[in-house]
Amino acid sequence: MWDEPLLCELSKKGRRAYSLPELSREFKKHADLDQSIPQSMRRSTALNLPELSEPEIIRHFLRLSQMNFAIDLGMYPLGSCTMKYNPKVSQRIARDPKIALLHPYQDEQTIQGILEILAELERYLCEIAGMDRFSLAPAAGAQGEYVGDLIIRNNLVDRDLEGKDEMLVPDSAHGTNPASAAMAGFKVVKIPSSQDGIVTSEAVKQVISNRTAGMMLTVPNTLGIFEREIVEVSKIIHERDGLMYYDGANMNALLGRVRPGDMGFDIVHINVHKTFATPHGGGGPGAGPVGVTKQLSDYLPVPTIEETPEGKYRFDYDRPKSIGFIKSFYGNIAVLLRAYCYILSLGSNGLREVSEQAVLASNYLLSLIDAEAFSTPFMRGTPRKHEFVISASPLKKKTGVSAGDVAKSILDSGMHSPTTYFPLIVPEALMVEPTETEPVENLERYARTLNDIAKRSKENKEEVLDSPRSTAIGRLDEYKASHPSSMILRWKKEAK
Amino acid sequence: MKMTTMELSNERRSVHKFLPNSEDSVRNEMLRKIGLSSVEQLFSDVPEDLKMKRPLDVPDSLSEIELERAVRSKLSKNMSAPDLLNFIGGGVWIHHVPSIIDEILSRGEYYTAYTPYQPEISQGMLQGMFEYQSEICELTSMDVANSSMYDWATALGEAGRMAARVTRRQKILVAKNASPERIGVLKTYCYPAGIELEEVNFDPRDGITQTDVVENHLDDSIAAIYVENPNFFGVIEESIEAIADLAHKRGALLIEGVNPVTLGVLKPPGQLGVDIVVGDGQPLGLYPNLGGPLIGLFAIRDDPNLLRQMPGRLIGETTSRDGTRRGFTMVLQTREQHIRREHATSNICTNEALFAIAVAIFLSTMGPQGMRELGQQIIARSHFASELMQEEGLRAPYFNGSYFGELSFQSKIDSIALTKRLFRHNILGGLPMKRFFPAEPRLSNVSSFSFTELHSEEDIEKLVSALKQIESG
Repeated sequence: MWDEPLLCELSKKGRRAYSLPELSREFKKHADLDQSIPQSMRRSTALNLPELSEPEIIRHFLRLSQMNFAIDLGMYPLGSCTMKYNPKVSQRIARDPKIALLHPYQDEQTIQGILEILAELERYLCEIAGMDRFSLAPAAGAQGEYVGDLIIRNNLVDRDLEGKDEMLVPDSAHGTNPASAAMAGFKVVKIPSSQDGIVTSEAVKQVISNRTAGMMLTVPNTLGIFEREIVEVSKIIHERDGLMYYDGANMNALLGRVRPGDMGFDIVHINVHKTFATPHGGGGPGAGPVGVTKQLSDYLPVPTIEETPEGKYRFDYDRPKSIGFIKSFYGNIAVLLRAYCYILSLGSNGLREVSEQAVLASNYLLSLIDAEAFSTPFMRGTPRKHEFVISASPLKKKTGVSAGDVAKSILDSGMHSPTTYFPLIVPEALMVEPTETEPVENLERYARTLNDIAKRSKENKEEVLDSPRSTAIGRLDEYKASHPSSMILRWKKEAK
Repeated sequence: MKMTTMELSNERRSVHKFLPNSEDSVRNEMLRKIGLSSVEQLFSDVPEDLKMKRPLDVPDSLSEIELERAVRSKLSKNMSAPDLLNFIGGGVWIHHVPSIIDEILSRGEYYTAYTPYQPEISQGMLQGMFEYQSEICELTSMDVANSSMYDWATALGEAGRMAARVTRRQKILVAKNASPERIGVLKTYCYPAGIELEEVNFDPRDGITQTDVVENHLDDSIAAIYVENPNFFGVIEESIEAIADLAHKRGALLIEGVNPVTLGVLKPPGQLGVDIVVGDGQPLGLYPNLGGPLIGLFAIRDDPNLLRQMPGRLIGETTSRDGTRRGFTMVLQTREQHIRREHATSNICTNEALFAIAVAIFLSTMGPQGMRELGQQIIARSHFASELMQEEGLRAPYFNGSYFGELSFQSKIDSIALTKRLFRHNILGGLPMKRFFPAEPRLSNVSSFSFTELHSEEDIEKLVSALKQIESG
């Protein structure tokens, strides 16, 4: 690999990569900025953007791409991220000008095709999640959580239950859960996981009070264990006038087999960039549609998509109980279109098979991992679902090599590390989710790699601690990166 | 015919192209190795009552041929360029997308990557995002930019909450001539935190926010003032610097919402005393896509109090541990949800990272000269349109203030009816103020028409001719 300069370092004055047509004579008459912009608002200082030719820009970004790992290159078993294969047919369809060039404020009669697709997608998500309505607007799972928490809040106000300001969140929850609840104005109350790693009705009874507004939960939980007491837990919350929120990050274990609505959840978000194979893009765009039961559908963000008696589609803004606008326009449409394509590609049987394969792959991989170096906390012997968490504590005790070191060492094998140090309730945690799109040979290779790292940690620890060695760059100075005195958040300004 | 659950378990299924282990012998071998005879045993801890007893009621699997046919057939019911002329703006603008953006974004190394938690194998994304941050800083003359929010509206929502945290005040003044839907989102982000919004009216003749009006609203309870530039009417706000002064004198922050395409020719917010910049990078190389995905810009001036409270991901430059090579990594993660949980500055996790790369490509493609020329080309067209309309006795611009690419227009019929009449001429537009300001009768017949570098003289002549017909009919 190489040291790729920054754009500003490649820049050479006078180079250009854009081409605009010559201004016509008529247009030229109106191109004088002095005539149209008041002096006080005119740009008077030079704009210091880099100047490059087109071939240089292509080369720069393609060279950078060669230093970037992705699911298209190799196994990426990040727990709770569901890094599965992204279908290419969806990419091709999404390039269609009949979606790409649509302006959100175009008249509804000119966008009936996409509205029909979105309405269908809503129906499919309702069926899959066991909900009655979906909003496709939220841009990500976290935003879906915020929407869900606001729906709970507004619904409680309507029921004269404003004093309920506490949201129950298990200690194994993803960070966005408490963050979203806090944003919505709730106080977060932690539920400790049981000895079996689940949320028990006992534990809920311990912390529930008249101030409990509801609970946010993911099933299977972040340990990859099915929450077997969920029905009872939902009942307890409902009996105290609370609402149940489902974090859909782990839906890949349940497609076509268990529906959140049937478990007693009132609100559900789906991460389409996880379960429905839309590309992660290095951190987005994604989409986090939110589903609700009939009783809560009045609270959905505006606008919703409705079918008219004539079989046409329209946006409905006339929803007085709505929590309001949650983002610009209607959602990440180009992402949602890909999720729609995925659902149709897999079909009814295929979606159920996805979950089966995901769960089988996870348990198969777990069975091959050196149990002496990596322990499996909570409910030993019970099958996991689509993901599992192992602890590198035994390895660390014996050799001093930590979960973080193991993660770095895996990078040398051309595969990605698992999620590390999450959930917080497992020390030296490695959270692994292979997904259903990994051929069995890769699962075996991953296990061999982990076991080999364990072996080398005993025999040649320095090698592991020094990894990665075959990647574009080795370990970075993270301390310097975040320290106020040495932090650099943009390239150097040009000296005037 | 749909199969029952039992039949599903027993039936020899066909292998799906996304499921490499779904072939029977492979599946059975995997089961055998873990000491099981059926996949059902892996779900033995799931209560029987919860298991679905019927197949999902969604269509059967479609082959690639059938899928493309079915979806394209639905999409063909949509209407877009070149069948229609589009003169709508209002938050999404239709610009040329340079071909190299499509090319680079189609690389699987970028679009199928995850969040760069392991920087050693993510230098591509990380450097690209760092370059995006740097270019946004240059464009806006601000000091720190994050690596994206969902869109302008949510960036604004987060900016409002941030201003309240920084100033410990609970009220935000919002310009009435800002996008009402964006203000709607600001409200959704603010009210759960107990933050109130108060409207500041605009001058009815020039469409601009006036400093004396702002001053009347300003007191020590104000956390921030929010203005858009150009505002929702397309008018260029001329008092940004003065409003910044007023705000700062009272301990409040100024948040400016921008269309970044204007910043090749308009004075950048950093030179006007703005504290937080929000906006949308969509016009910088993203297709409209019916309004999503977009990319929220978020930038601040250099101030540790602001930096600590800033939402979103930040990429920083550092070195390898031995100090010999430069590298990039996520920094200040202690603000974020995965570290601080309920004490995080925001819950944002997945953002619009891939499009940060698109915008970085766009800005380096355009360079300073390109951004200036692009701004000129847009202004040339909107002002040419205005002249043509005036020659035909049409009322444009409606507001007296200066404008960039969006031209205000007053018709005899109401602005929503105007859009329907224009559609009969195969024209989409304008942006009807009656829709966005239903409680303002004086705006009922006002529209805004958006012009970009994609419009030819002929396109504009078609629009003016249609308007003339409609107005005289």
